[in-house]
Amino acid sequence: MCNTMSVRHALLALLSEGPKYGLQLRQEFESGTGEIWPLNIGQVYTTLQRLERDGLIESDEPEREGPQKGFRITESGSAELSAWLSTPPDMTSPPRDELVIKVLSALRVPGVDVHDVIQIHRRYLVELMQQWTRLKEDEADFDLQFALVVDAELFRLDAVVRWLDMADGRLKRAALEPPARSAVPRLARRLVVRR
Amino acid sequence: MSFLELRLVSKSYGEGATEVHALSEINLSVDRGSLVAVMGPSGSGKSTLLMIAGSLEEPTSGEVLIDGAALQTMSRNDKARLRRRTIGYVFQDFNLLAGLTAVENVSLPLELDGVQARKAHAAGMAALEELGLADRETHYPDELSGGERQRVAIARAVVGERHLLLADEPSGALDSTNGEAVMRMILAACKQGVAAVVVTHDAQLASWADRVVFLRDGRVVDQTVPPPSPESLLDPSPQPSKR
Repeated sequence: MCNTMSVRHALLALLSEGPKYGLQLRQEFESGTGEIWPLNIGQVYTTLQRLERDGLIESDEPEREGPQKGFRITESGSAELSAWLSTPPDMTSPPRDELVIKVLSALRVPGVDVHDVIQIHRRYLVELMQQWTRLKEDEADFDLQFALVVDAELFRLDAVVRWLDMADGRLKRAALEPPARSAVPRLARRLVVRR
Repeated sequence: MSFLELRLVSKSYGEGATEVHALSEINLSVDRGSLVAVMGPSGSGKSTLLMIAGSLEEPTSGEVLIDGAALQTMSRNDKARLRRRTIGYVFQDFNLLAGLTAVENVSLPLELDGVQARKAHAAGMAALEELGLADRETHYPDELSGGERQRVAIARAVVGERHLLLADEPSGALDSTNGEAVMRMILAACKQGVAAVVVTHDAQLASWADRVVFLRDGRVVDQTVPPPSPESLLDPSPQPSKR
């Protein structure tokens, strides 16, 4: 699902095109993300209230409530939107992915073949990718936003499959030729140093 | 009935202490109209499997049947005819002949099979047109972009009445957009009834297939099950974890 911060800025982006009503914003948000991210109307209004409180948008008639209330972006809203677009999302946190933990754990459990564990997850991911690809095959020719969202999901899943492939190969090589103890600092230490 | 069937196919190279088992007891069947991807790391036997399925290599043991006919009972001439008429190959490096134009490359298999030059040319043009390359008819391979060369290679693989398409890393060094275009073309051929096998290490390419078979150390270790309706992906409620 879409996190709160993204919804906030996605609504600002829609308002940057011109004034809009709440219901209209919800429809445009959903169609603009290829209908992948459903958004309930309550979330739209809560977010709009916060944006208004923060001075990033203003409404036509502050005292009026309901679907006919229109909103427009303010100057500081435009500045906020522009800053958000060019700020990379935080991707610096160290990996604590559940799948990584599962594979690391599989190495410790007696009687478990880590390659079999890897294959179970690889197959699951490829099956998910098949489903996304089927959606793309059926719809992407007609809906550009949808194609972009599906591509993003496929690349995300693909990256995980590639990591599994790499892990598979690395473990296989390690089993054939156990490495001498390395002088390279361990991951944990390196991550601590970076902070 | 499956159009391509491998039954307990094994392949080994060398003898005694130096014997290497490239493939061990592979069973695989591919129906008309379906696309099967074979995924595995380098050295897992993917390319060997494709060469054997395409009658370009002999298995050490086991059987390969194409349209119900066992390859091992065929004469060399019959096999050569099968390769010219029934099977289309797409390789990573395209394998186009540098001295021939795009349309000559595409129509070559038909001409080799004795089809009249004019008819072969017309069929070659039709295949190029289908892949959006009509205006590249007289270009030589070195005058085409990587994506165009691969499209010519696919046109050559599906020209005439081919029923089996075998592709080895068909997107080669192409970028993702061209890789997707290549898979869409292969899928379009399948929709016309062609049986296709694509071997690749790339999950994004493999995900275009109806079924993905996983190869490890020359053995089929797993395969995907037909996915549920993709609509379930758009269901806002969290999906049950299969893990």
